[in-house]
Amino acid sequence: MGSRSSHAAVIPDVDSIRRETGFSQASLLRLHHRFRALDRNKKGYLSRMDLQQIGALAVNPLGDRIIESFFPNGSQRVDFPGFVRVLAHFRPVEDEDTDQDPKKPEPLNSRRNKLHYAFQLYDLDRDGKISRHEMLQVLRLMVGVQVTEEQLENIADRTVQEADEDGDGAVSFLEFTKSLEKMDVEQKMSIRILK
Amino acid sequence: MALQMFMTFGSWNCLLLLVALEYSKASSDVNESANSTAQHAPNAWFAASSSEPDERISVFELDYDYVQIPYEVTLWILLASLAKIGFHLYHKLPGLMPESCLLILVGALVGGIIFGTDHKSPPVMDSSIYFLYLLPPIVLEGGYFMPTRPFFENIGSILWWAVLGALINALGIGLSLYLICQVQAFGLGDVNLLQNLLFGSLISAVDPVAVLAVFEEARVNEQLYMMIFGEALLNDGITVVLYNMLIAFTKMHKFEDIEPVDILAGCARFIIVGVGGVMFGIVFGFISAFITRFTQNISAIEPLIVFMFSYLSYLAAETLYLSGILAITACAVTMKKYVEENVSQTSYTTIKYFMKMLSSVSETLIFIFMGVSTVGKNHEWNWAFICFTLAFCQIWRAISVFALFYVSNQFRTFPFSIKDQCIIFYSGVRGAGSFSLAFLLPLSLFPRKKMFVTATLVVIYFTVFIQGITIGPLVRYLDVKKTNKKESINEELHIRLMDHLKAGIEDVCGHWSHYQVRDKFKKFDHRYLRKILIRENLPKSSIVSLYKKLEMKQAIEMVETGILSSTAFSIPHQAQRIQGIKRLSPEDVESIRDILTCNMYQVRQRTLSYNKYNLKPQTSEKQAKEILIRRQNTLRESMRKGHSLPWGKPAGTKNIRYLSFPYGNPQSAGRDTRAAGFSDDDGSNPGSPSITFSAHSRIRSLQKQQAPEIIPMKSLRRGGKTLSFGYQRSTSQEEHMGGSRRVALRPKPPFHAVDEEGESGGESEGEAFAVRSRWTTDRGHGRDYHRSHSPLLQRK
Repeated sequence: MGSRSSHAAVIPDVDSIRRETGFSQASLLRLHHRFRALDRNKKGYLSRMDLQQIGALAVNPLGDRIIESFFPNGSQRVDFPGFVRVLAHFRPVEDEDTDQDPKKPEPLNSRRNKLHYAFQLYDLDRDGKISRHEMLQVLRLMVGVQVTEEQLENIADRTVQEADEDGDGAVSFLEFTKSLEKMDVEQKMSIRILK
Repeated sequence: MALQMFMTFGSWNCLLLLVALEYSKASSDVNESANSTAQHAPNAWFAASSSEPDERISVFELDYDYVQIPYEVTLWILLASLAKIGFHLYHKLPGLMPESCLLILVGALVGGIIFGTDHKSPPVMDSSIYFLYLLPPIVLEGGYFMPTRPFFENIGSILWWAVLGALINALGIGLSLYLICQVQAFGLGDVNLLQNLLFGSLISAVDPVAVLAVFEEARVNEQLYMMIFGEALLNDGITVVLYNMLIAFTKMHKFEDIEPVDILAGCARFIIVGVGGVMFGIVFGFISAFITRFTQNISAIEPLIVFMFSYLSYLAAETLYLSGILAITACAVTMKKYVEENVSQTSYTTIKYFMKMLSSVSETLIFIFMGVSTVGKNHEWNWAFICFTLAFCQIWRAISVFALFYVSNQFRTFPFSIKDQCIIFYSGVRGAGSFSLAFLLPLSLFPRKKMFVTATLVVIYFTVFIQGITIGPLVRYLDVKKTNKKESINEELHIRLMDHLKAGIEDVCGHWSHYQVRDKFKKFDHRYLRKILIRENLPKSSIVSLYKKLEMKQAIEMVETGILSSTAFSIPHQAQRIQGIKRLSPEDVESIRDILTCNMYQVRQRTLSYNKYNLKPQTSEKQAKEILIRRQNTLRESMRKGHSLPWGKPAGTKNIRYLSFPYGNPQSAGRDTRAAGFSDDDGSNPGSPSITFSAHSRIRSLQKQQAPEIIPMKSLRRGGKTLSFGYQRSTSQEEHMGGSRRVALRPKPPFHAVDEEGESGGESEGEAFAVRSRWTTDRGHGRDYHRSHSPLLQRK
């Protein structure tokens, strides 16, 4: 691995990043390589445009939202730690993570954090709830054009209705988590290569 | 219903065949007698068709012998094709059993008919026909459709597994059978070691790709897929090399006094044959790539060049007793990359389809021969030999899989799980290759050839039918985590969202591989090879305009059917709808579920998918277009309303920059481009214009979807590189800077975001290239600009 160009020394704050995200040294090197490859003009950070140049994201229905998730709080740039922080959500869950010191913050790739990441894809206005409107928007993104607006609205209604327990017409994070309790989220949202 | 149609087809064809055969018998009798009389009769040319020696011109003649061979061959191929049509009409079948099953059945049917009518089947497959005509297309197709990047990433494991696996299997089976033959009770004493080894080598020729289609939907991961594919690719070559070597041994050493020197020589020969073949193939590949550089004016011969050079590499290698199969494979792999970029789009499609067609025909013919051999009197059934063969095939395959993978897992970053290994073990289905090799055993050296052929047939039938049919359920069983399946709608939606999300993040991560070697190769490739082998790119304006038209047409349709007009960002309805959430009945739920399952966009398949028997239609292309158009529109709508982008930025922020557009900029004028500054670079850097434009890349992105390649990444890459319209990296940089700047008209944004990124350098793992461009269906905002150049496409 360690080739001449990418050395751990090149990555600033590599230790704190490692601690925060849990990535191995080798993975961080690779990610850094990738980060530099995406950063076309060698600015040292990524802008939205850099991410938009990943062609495959253009044909992903959620492409825009995924890109947006890299830029929390309305910032315009994402630096390497921020980049890695998002990707850390997709690190596969290993068993040794489960018996963590309870005082330490939850690792980024815990089930709860993964779900939270997914939740934020729905909840654009960050009010902590997925409103029916937001659900409808996501549905629209993910469904082909043959489905009529009415059907979509029905589906959105039904979806919110199923998950909503306290009757406020929106799905909070807890309700979201509950509706997915049977699903193997850890496996769905893990990418093998991000060890 | 579909099955009945198929049966009807089948039966009509059988009828036709029967009729033809009857006629042939009749006419051959007639012809014989006619010929004999013809010698005596002075007017020979009259007598050819009539049995009476008097001189009448017959009005209706039948001469079947003349056309017999092509006629029957064509009829067989047609029959197989009709069977395939029937097979696919009933859409569940392809998921149940591999297509080889079907071909074998058709072959058996034809064999039965021929046997039943006692007809001498004319084109008997012999060694030269098989090796010269039938085998190359099959191998060429395998090599051409192989995805190169994953192949080379995994090349170590693939070579280790394919080469050693074939060797272990061949030698293992051979030796075990030899031991069995030593047992007197089975009556096999006369089969010596060499013959057993030879049989072992031919029976270990697997054809695992045939079963790939069966478990395709189980999302086999890329590495596993590559293992299977790689094995299939190299296995043929290796077994044929072994086979030829052992035949040479058998010829030389009739007394079985093989000295160690010979064995060493054999091993050395094996290596030379293999490596030499590959070298030949690479050389021919480069030559043909070089030649396609110059064919832009006669693009009709491009497919011809590709095929002829591949075939030539095969023949040239065979002349020198090197492995033609490996040569043709290497030629296809080398050639593919450069040829794809050089040839025109239509030639590219032609090459692919023609290759599929040829290989399909070859394989059909081989299976028919196999069927013909099955039904017949040429069998020698020996229970012991056959049963032990079957048993040893499975045992040795298991041994080789688990042992070899155990070792190679130590060195891999992503080891293969036991489940993967089981799948590889179980996919050891034999196919046409082993049958052909068995059939072509020289009878003089193998007095018990019939027994070998019978045993081979049994193994093939067993593996194809039993393993082929059960592998689907097995894979699904191994793959399934959850058991029951009535997911709520919530779950379905969220699962799909997560799948898309995962695919997207995987794309962000890109492909990881052993960078050094790949980078070095890429640099070398870029610096030298591409300059020599790839033609200078000229803008292909006709294609650009064609795609523009298609895009526009689709956009128009979408809008007209009212789909896009739905307001994406209307005021939240919640306020009005808190009550009145109706309770939906179960049927409604069901119907909703159906709607969702049918209509949700498929997750982009990052894993590869290969079907040996046909080219997948591109459903993903349409989906991709829809997604792109919608995004376009969404963006535009949001801009228009003055909202910020849907992701929560406060409206009215001026991150949008207007850049001025120079009048009469020739470049842009020539290219229908439009530029908008949409900079989301930091606002603190006003000096740098952020450039964007060129509808080309947009088109290119569609172009990519166009190529009926099932591997989206690959097609993206290809699209990005071809049709660069002179967009070499350097020029794209310059265009980036060059600027299109447009005068800001008013503070309020009545403009659109067109933005796109020029083509990216294509460096960096060759995958991050810009291909997204968004253009807007401008509806009249165009008049707000001063634009000198040609209008954009939107006008509706």
